[in-house]
Amino acid sequence: MAITLTVNGTDHTVDLEPEMPLLWVLREALGLTGTKYGCGISACGACTVHLNGRAVRSCTLPLSAVDGQRVTTIEGLGSGGALHKLQQAWIAHQVPQCGYCQSGVIMAVAGLLAQNPHPTDREIDAEISNVCRCGTFVRMRAAIRDAAAAAEGATS
Amino acid sequence: MNRWTRRAFIGAGTVAGGGFLLGVAGFTFAPGRHSLVSADAAAKGQLTTWITISPDNTVTILIPHCEMGQGSQTALAMMTADELDADWSLVRVQEAPALDAYANGYIVRAAGGHYVPAILGRGVDYGAYKVAEWFGFQVTGGSTAVRSTGEYGMRVAGAAAKEMLIAAAASQWRVSASECVAKRSAVSHAASGRSAPFGELARSAAAQRVPTSPTLKRADSFTIRRTSPVRLDIPSKVDGSAKYAIDFTTPGLLYAAIEIAPVYGGTLVSVDTAPADAMRGVKKVVKLPEAVAVVADSFWRARRALAALKPEFSDAGHGEVSTASIFAAFDKALGAPPGVPSNAAKAVTADYRVPFLAHATMEPMVCTAKVDGDRAEVWTGVQDPLNARSVAAKALGIDSANVRVTNFMLGGGFGRRLPFTFDYVDLAVRIARAMSPAPVKTIWTRENDIQHDYYRGAALSRHAGALDGTGVPLAALSTYTGGGNGEAVFMPYAIAEMNAREKKVEHPIRLGQWRSVLNSQHGFFKESFIDEMAHAAGKDPFEFRRGLLGHQPRFKAALEKAAMMASWGTPLPPGEGRGIAICESFGTIAAEVVHAAVSPEGRLKVLNVYAAVDCGDVVSLDGATAQVEGGIIFALSAALLSEITIAQGRIVQKNFRDYPMIHIADAPAVVTEFLRSDAPLGGLGEPCVPPLAPALANAIFAASGVRVRELPIRNTPLKRA
Repeated sequence: MAITLTVNGTDHTVDLEPEMPLLWVLREALGLTGTKYGCGISACGACTVHLNGRAVRSCTLPLSAVDGQRVTTIEGLGSGGALHKLQQAWIAHQVPQCGYCQSGVIMAVAGLLAQNPHPTDREIDAEISNVCRCGTFVRMRAAIRDAAAAAEGATS
Repeated sequence: MNRWTRRAFIGAGTVAGGGFLLGVAGFTFAPGRHSLVSADAAAKGQLTTWITISPDNTVTILIPHCEMGQGSQTALAMMTADELDADWSLVRVQEAPALDAYANGYIVRAAGGHYVPAILGRGVDYGAYKVAEWFGFQVTGGSTAVRSTGEYGMRVAGAAAKEMLIAAAASQWRVSASECVAKRSAVSHAASGRSAPFGELARSAAAQRVPTSPTLKRADSFTIRRTSPVRLDIPSKVDGSAKYAIDFTTPGLLYAAIEIAPVYGGTLVSVDTAPADAMRGVKKVVKLPEAVAVVADSFWRARRALAALKPEFSDAGHGEVSTASIFAAFDKALGAPPGVPSNAAKAVTADYRVPFLAHATMEPMVCTAKVDGDRAEVWTGVQDPLNARSVAAKALGIDSANVRVTNFMLGGGFGRRLPFTFDYVDLAVRIARAMSPAPVKTIWTRENDIQHDYYRGAALSRHAGALDGTGVPLAALSTYTGGGNGEAVFMPYAIAEMNAREKKVEHPIRLGQWRSVLNSQHGFFKESFIDEMAHAAGKDPFEFRRGLLGHQPRFKAALEKAAMMASWGTPLPPGEGRGIAICESFGTIAAEVVHAAVSPEGRLKVLNVYAAVDCGDVVSLDGATAQVEGGIIFALSAALLSEITIAQGRIVQKNFRDYPMIHIADAPAVVTEFLRSDAPLGGLGEPCVPPLAPALANAIFAASGVRVRELPIRNTPLKRA
């Protein structure tokens, strides 16, 4: 069944099973491997992408649910060749270790900041439930605070 | 170290385009002969560290260790570049390919040569110098990269290259080499005002005599070490461009999903392949002795087809094994607690237990293989590509020289991707052989990963201690199951009678090395018990320890530093407490204080962790700090939540829902300080793991009066009576 979706601004028509999770469509059919497989049950968040601007876990999201929708992956988060402010903050704070979970974390936090540009620590804790086995949470929080502050600077 | 550097073998030459190439040999051993470097090392190309300087002035450093987030590729490049006096902005790093020439022999020289990392215990009999097999390793583990490869290889290579560049400049300018200095990738001669970048000197430097004993810098003249440059691998990890084994692709790639015998050692009895054969995209159902695999044109299709099968496996006779049966055997083996001296005024006894643990690296096990006749190509992520190559060769019955391994960034290691644990490579090449010559990527699901790990061993430890009438400890004795070694059971305290004896108990659960190895169990045992002795003596746990460390100045300094950082002794609100613990592992002493709160309902919140770490000196300050933070969070997740249990011989847990991890909400603030001592460089990937669980258990006791003697902590109700 042909399904059309827009990924990082480009339209794609794919003829795949409608129940195939978006994660595997992105990785294997479209070659966008920045989005990672971690658990397959929406428990770890490594596969987080944006669906119409909202963070979703793509490992359990069927292709049929994104027909005609707009998907953004880590590869499309920055704009005009520039890194997103979160990606910049991630480098400034040297957040990643192994890095495998970080695409998903950055997409989850970008989704949060899009809805709530100045989240409190409590709101961050409530919204961000990604697993990071290297234990980079201390730096993640610092980077999120910085990026949120940068957003404030940009809008004021 | 001096003796080693003098005898190190250094080789140099030119490369295409007029560059300069320099390498330093590790060591080779032959049976019955012990020498640091074989006479024919150069002829065989057995040089393990390499520096290339190109005419455009870039310096490329080839590093024989993988990058799994520990940052040691950057740290090793810093050590090299500092000795070379290179301009850091011109330095590039490459991981060495999986060839014998890059086997990292330095690892065994770390810690004065008397200690072989436990990860290699099965491959090396150092006592007899029978390390012929050793030369097949290119391992990254045991927290050894910086303190062995860096100290004995990379620094020497950097210093030798600098001397050759200076000699080349001096000869060109007809001045004395002693009047020339190297700085920021250029050699200059002050008297004549001449200067030349390394790139211009590279070709003639390669023709200079190779110094066999280059002078290494003193610590006070380091310019790159002790700073915090950005880690070289990080930019690719924020935009999705970093490539892991799971991301590899090649034309015609097929995908395999596997189901492995659920009881370790079991075999495939039967499977009706018909339900899968008919499904879309399925190429073949591959039966292996211990597993069944479905190969398809997409991983999801392979997995869906596999789910349609109902394979039957044997249980290898272990179908009755359970967590309870294993701990019952542990308990029986330990018997009565050790006897304490008869002059004791007070005796303290306690049992501690810890569970099996899985590594659960974020990237599950993945290996792509292409088998064509007697040749094979393998793309994977391992902590030892040379051992992976020999595993692939053995599984296929072909020569190692016919196997090419490409290693990728690792989505976490923690010990799961060490030598002797490459079942995923072994399975993948056999599946690929069945599809030859098509390349096949075998991806383990999270369920495969959790259920077929090489687990951190469960253990039970039985302690007895004695105090005299004034609270001075007379004895601290234990017997334990689950494995141990001298380092893991070592207690630095001045107690007259101390020993820890192992009782061997066999069980069929497959074991491996988990970040910090045996220290992860014994740190909890020994530092919980000394805390219980302190309380039994009626003394402050920090002061009690400090009073027993007069003869151990490094331990004492680290303990005092951690206590000071945590404002030890200042009042806390009711329901909050501090706990302290100190452990040495991999040449590093780590003291940690945990500040935690326990609510009246028994809810635990870990607020702050303070770590004082003596690893001799720090190479990359920010990278080192990240390893401390990461070790603490990794240990905290395990201490609070992690437990693998066994029922009917099978692993019960399947995925992150029943093998949960902490999230950002659970992560405390972590404050890290390093103590600079004159000790040799210690490791950093692991040493901050062992003190965390006991420091936390001790903090819970201080906060609530509940003594936690079993991990994970969630198994102990913390509600105050």
